[in-house]
Amino acid sequence: MPEANESPAALRAFWSGTITFGLVSVPVAIFPANRSRRTSLRMVDDDGTPLQRRYVCPKDGKELDWDDIVRGYEVSKGKFVVVTDEELEAIEPRKTRDIDLRMFVDARDIDPMFFERAYYLTPAGGSTKAYRLLAAVMEKNGRAGIATFVMRAKESMVAILAERGILRAETLRFQDEIRRPGDLGLPKRAKPKSTAVTKFTREIGKHSGRFSLRDFKDEAAERLEKLVSKKQREHNDIVKAPEPVGQQAAQEGGEVIDLVEALRTSLQSGASTARRRKRKAG
Amino acid sequence: MARAIWKGVIHIGTTKLPVKLYSAVQDHAVHFRLLHRTDHAPVQQRMVNPESGETVEYKSTQKAFPVSRNRLVMLHEEELKTLEPKPSREIAISRFVDSAQIDHRWYERAYYLGPDGDREAYFAAAEALQRKKKEGVAHWVMRGKEYVGSLRAEHGYLALITLRNADEIIDAEALPRPAGRPLSKREVQMAGQLVEALAAEWDPSKFRDDYHQRVMDLIEAKAHGRKPKVATFRPRRTKDTALTGALQASLAGVKRRKSA
Repeated sequence: MPEANESPAALRAFWSGTITFGLVSVPVAIFPANRSRRTSLRMVDDDGTPLQRRYVCPKDGKELDWDDIVRGYEVSKGKFVVVTDEELEAIEPRKTRDIDLRMFVDARDIDPMFFERAYYLTPAGGSTKAYRLLAAVMEKNGRAGIATFVMRAKESMVAILAERGILRAETLRFQDEIRRPGDLGLPKRAKPKSTAVTKFTREIGKHSGRFSLRDFKDEAAERLEKLVSKKQREHNDIVKAPEPVGQQAAQEGGEVIDLVEALRTSLQSGASTARRRKRKAG
Repeated sequence: MARAIWKGVIHIGTTKLPVKLYSAVQDHAVHFRLLHRTDHAPVQQRMVNPESGETVEYKSTQKAFPVSRNRLVMLHEEELKTLEPKPSREIAISRFVDSAQIDHRWYERAYYLGPDGDREAYFAAAEALQRKKKEGVAHWVMRGKEYVGSLRAEHGYLALITLRNADEIIDAEALPRPAGRPLSKREVQMAGQLVEALAAEWDPSKFRDDYHQRVMDLIEAKAHGRKPKVATFRPRRTKDTALTGALQASLAGVKRRKSA
């Protein structure tokens, strides 16, 4: 699901489906819970003109359109099996919009190595009751739901977690994608002497503290931004783009939606629709 | 046996612990190459100036940062070089936090650490983290890039999970709880029963990526000139029942299955 973070337009809810468990259905919209880094550079030529990526055939040097390109899997050096979109579509997992919640596990038991990417789920389809009920019970009982679902031609395993009344789906890697210490040839566990352990527990105690966002600053991005603003102040190396570039271009095109704002609206909208309906009825 | 991808030294206060880094994740996504339809030659990528149509060699391309809709600031290689972090073998632990404080939204990619020399100290560090139920916030530079990660004990071994930067995380505390009429006691009780009736042990071996297998089967079949078999699926029927009714019916269904 890497598309989620690629373009600003993808910040709006980009998938909706229904969590099902037993005979209960909970319609939801899905939003990425992670956004991409804020500093991405463009590749330009000496004059500062942004360059475009083009595909060419190495044999005749001809520039190729998407229609001229097929996908191939290299079965041996230089030998490819061509696989068409139609063939891939035919074997796609069934196209349903169900997030099939198969079991509830103790939320603490899921191995952190499996986590891949996080998404927020917000109530969709009018009523928030089933959503709130599921979130409340899972949070109270410390449960995580394990579900499978299909999005963009890929089958995913997800853990559904509840926090502060909000549901979150975390895609999990499959077991055959996770190596174990035994697979890596790490030495067998040896029981350390208690004096050696005490030395570390003491160091841990001495350097313990509270989680702080200061530890998670993107320092590389900050250094880059500093350099950019210095050059701007000095009017150094500033070039005009022939075509709109960057986030700002998308923003003016009305494509950038603040993800937090979109989530806020979505979390509140279920309730307000319900209220409106009630008022109308009464 | 897997190869270590990097070597470093964990610094905790004045204590140093040399380790080797191994990837704990082995992606199994099927990687396709793009080929020219007519001659099946793997395509090449070129960077082209869209105005002049001229190809620009990779080595003579430059980088620029868009500062507004129509303005870019050029950044030269020497300048970008000055921004690069200093190469180092140090894995610095800034502090230890309670295990529950860093949640999964921060996790990016997992690595196992192995001892590079002193095994006793290595296993002692893992044991100590487990006993104190803590994880260390680690900072290090690997292959020209800065990382922040969590140093933890996993299955008695040390592991390092890279974490995202603060900018990349959307905090749940900034979000409103979905509102609505208070939930009835009876519904909460029934939903609780249903969740517990569907409770199970976490067992990832129960889930397999069937699609991946089907893609590989398709390739295999085509490589041997066979016509690929295509499996069909039956769509699931869903019933539209009111919530209380659905809860009741689900509970009855789970109980029946359990007693059968």
